[in-house]
Amino acid sequence: MLRLAPWLIATLLVGPILAGLAMAALPAFGYLPALGGDAFSLDPWRALMTQPGLARSVAVSFTSGLAATVVSLTVVLLFLAAASGSRLDRWIRRMVSPLLSIPHAAAAFGLAFLIAPSGLLARLASPGLSGWERPPDLLIVNDPWGLSLMAGLVIKEIPFLLLMSLAALHQLDAERRVAMARSLGYRPTIAWLKVVVPSLYPLIRLPVFAVIAYASSVVDVAMILGPTLPPTLAVSILTWFNDPDLSRRFMASAGALLQLGVTLAALASWWGLECLVRRLGRGWVAGGQRQRGERMLRLAGKALILLAAATALVGITGLALNSLAGVWRFPDGLPQSFTLQHWQRALPALGGPVTTTLSIAVVATLLAAGLVLAALEHEQRSGRQPAQGQLASALTLLYLPLIVPQIAFLFGLVVVIEALGTRPTRWLVIFGHLLFVLPYVFLSLSEAYRRFDPRWSRVALTLGATPNGAFWRVRLPMLLAPLLTAMAVGLAVSIGQYLPTLLLGAGRVTTVTTEAVALASGGSRRLIGVWALAQASLPLLGFIIAVGLPRLLWTNRRGMRGTP
Amino acid sequence: MTAPSLEFKQVHIALHGRTLLELDARLAPGEVLTVMGPSGSGKSTLLAYAAGFLAPAFQASGQILLGGQEITALPAERRGIGLLFQDPLLFPHLSVAGNLRFGLPRATPDKAAKVEAALADIGLAGFGQRDPATLSGGQQARVALMRLLLSAPKAVLLDEPFSKLDMALRHEMRQLVFDQLHAAGLPSLLVTHDRDDADAAGGQVIELGPVGRERSRNARPG
Repeated sequence: MLRLAPWLIATLLVGPILAGLAMAALPAFGYLPALGGDAFSLDPWRALMTQPGLARSVAVSFTSGLAATVVSLTVVLLFLAAASGSRLDRWIRRMVSPLLSIPHAAAAFGLAFLIAPSGLLARLASPGLSGWERPPDLLIVNDPWGLSLMAGLVIKEIPFLLLMSLAALHQLDAERRVAMARSLGYRPTIAWLKVVVPSLYPLIRLPVFAVIAYASSVVDVAMILGPTLPPTLAVSILTWFNDPDLSRRFMASAGALLQLGVTLAALASWWGLECLVRRLGRGWVAGGQRQRGERMLRLAGKALILLAAATALVGITGLALNSLAGVWRFPDGLPQSFTLQHWQRALPALGGPVTTTLSIAVVATLLAAGLVLAALEHEQRSGRQPAQGQLASALTLLYLPLIVPQIAFLFGLVVVIEALGTRPTRWLVIFGHLLFVLPYVFLSLSEAYRRFDPRWSRVALTLGATPNGAFWRVRLPMLLAPLLTAMAVGLAVSIGQYLPTLLLGAGRVTTVTTEAVALASGGSRRLIGVWALAQASLPLLGFIIAVGLPRLLWTNRRGMRGTP
Repeated sequence: MTAPSLEFKQVHIALHGRTLLELDARLAPGEVLTVMGPSGSGKSTLLAYAAGFLAPAFQASGQILLGGQEITALPAERRGIGLLFQDPLLFPHLSVAGNLRFGLPRATPDKAAKVEAALADIGLAGFGQRDPATLSGGQQARVALMRLLLSAPKAVLLDEPFSKLDMALRHEMRQLVFDQLHAAGLPSLLVTHDRDDADAAGGQVIELGPVGRERSRNARPG
């Protein structure tokens, strides 16, 4: 049974993606008998090429993917180099999981409320600093260059890359390396950058690729913060796909393939960038420079991450303020009055989507946790662990759903499902979420599972417990805390899913995320505040349970505090 | 008590085609065989082999017989061999009594009374509900020993069980462990690099020779 788990996971992930890509490729070349496409042709591509603003869409998708990644990675590495061991370091480490749990859409709305012409920042600066008596007529959110889109992505990708780096750092013994370099006269931040980063980067390379892929093809954040005329490529594709004129689906499919190409091009450019940095970096690392830039790097490392964390938190506060605001005239920093009216009015509408969201998230997470535990337990029992950081395992395929753009294969998947005659149901949505929940649950749990001292299970076995008994009575309770954290991550991922819910549910499965994003164009701020806050607080519930339950269970067990 | 004997018949363990160790020995009930050697000489590999945890990278041949029954192919939990580690390894999520109950075979009648009696036996009466993390090192070591004995093994493996205790405690624990093993009539295999352990055990001593040392560079501690 256990032996099947890795293969089941691989099939579950690879099958739908390959099928989806294939069924995007066929209509892209004119073949989709259900819609009357009987012969192969290049018409969809011709139609695609004549779309106004296509080049600009592609350019924004490509650059925002790369730029958001460069910035987030720089901020994370500088922070780790500058702050390791400091009080800021401990604070940020504690904030990582809650920050990661904020859904993309909620974080994007929070940022929008912060930087919009009538947002919190403009209010704080007005009228004193700026002299504005009314909101300036500036296009800050949805700017045509995608700058606010990139900012929104950076805020969300920093916690992800940080978490991945922290997990990888366990293997590197960074403190001793830095201590050694410092004894040779290197200043701490420089030492970290020179002796830890070159070993750390290969370990977080796949997560970095995932960030590039995500940022270059994201839909929900781009609908909230991205440019509108024209929107990013991924958003355009969604519009064509949802066009009442079904023949536009051929063009949408061609667009999906183009998106795949854009993402691959971004990945290839990154690879080129890696080569360049490696070449330049080698000289810098070996150059013997020990002091210069230390103070500036240290300051930047701390300031940038603080800025990012503060932006996310203030953004969420802004959502809360808006959801509770009564009258709130422009230059006022705070509303004149507070009211529960928006919540009361939204409450009847919130109930259904909240239940749907949670039930989908819970089922997908439980399925994912079961599969991941089975795969990891099999790995332990067979004694065959993939060497850490190596790609030699079937489970590397876990990254596939994170690297192939959602929009590129989900359409094809919808076509497959329609061809099979399956009606859109909640189960299809759960299945779609599983594709993304599985990898994250695995990534969060595998580190703790593999580092777990094998002697615990051996003691149990030599005392006569069966392998299953050792799992249920020893390994599982001792790994409860990391398991719950991984499940909280899974819940958060599922709750935040927009595109799979929309497409596989055919618009008939409404979650807080689909509702919140739907408000992006033209919804009232108060209503957006309510929905986005509801969306942001659901994953937080999971993290509260993940932190609280082990503490409650192990109040009387000192050995279980600060467990693996 | 009709305790069985433990027999290693032409045991040969190799890693990547190179011999790591060879052993041919018979332990009568109550007898302790001490295997000595520097770290990396394959001591732990031998224990892992006997307990049933040998990593797949090793190639092993030969037989282990317990009371005349071949157990070489049995999984760890069905061999009837207990294992005492360097650390007490009391399960941190269970109480002291919970740890002892974990050792008791499932069908044991009146577990609570057995556990209480066992605690009294090692001078820890009334400690049942305690968190194992609040016990001293010596107390933990005693609980670990008692947990092992309650699981009613037919033979015992000792993996440098005293090396992490301080001097005074080490002496006391040696006495306790070997007395108890002897009283239970269990054949035991002790792996150590401490000559005093071997003397206290008082049985045959096998030194893993330079062959082992020579190979040790390639050996992963099992």
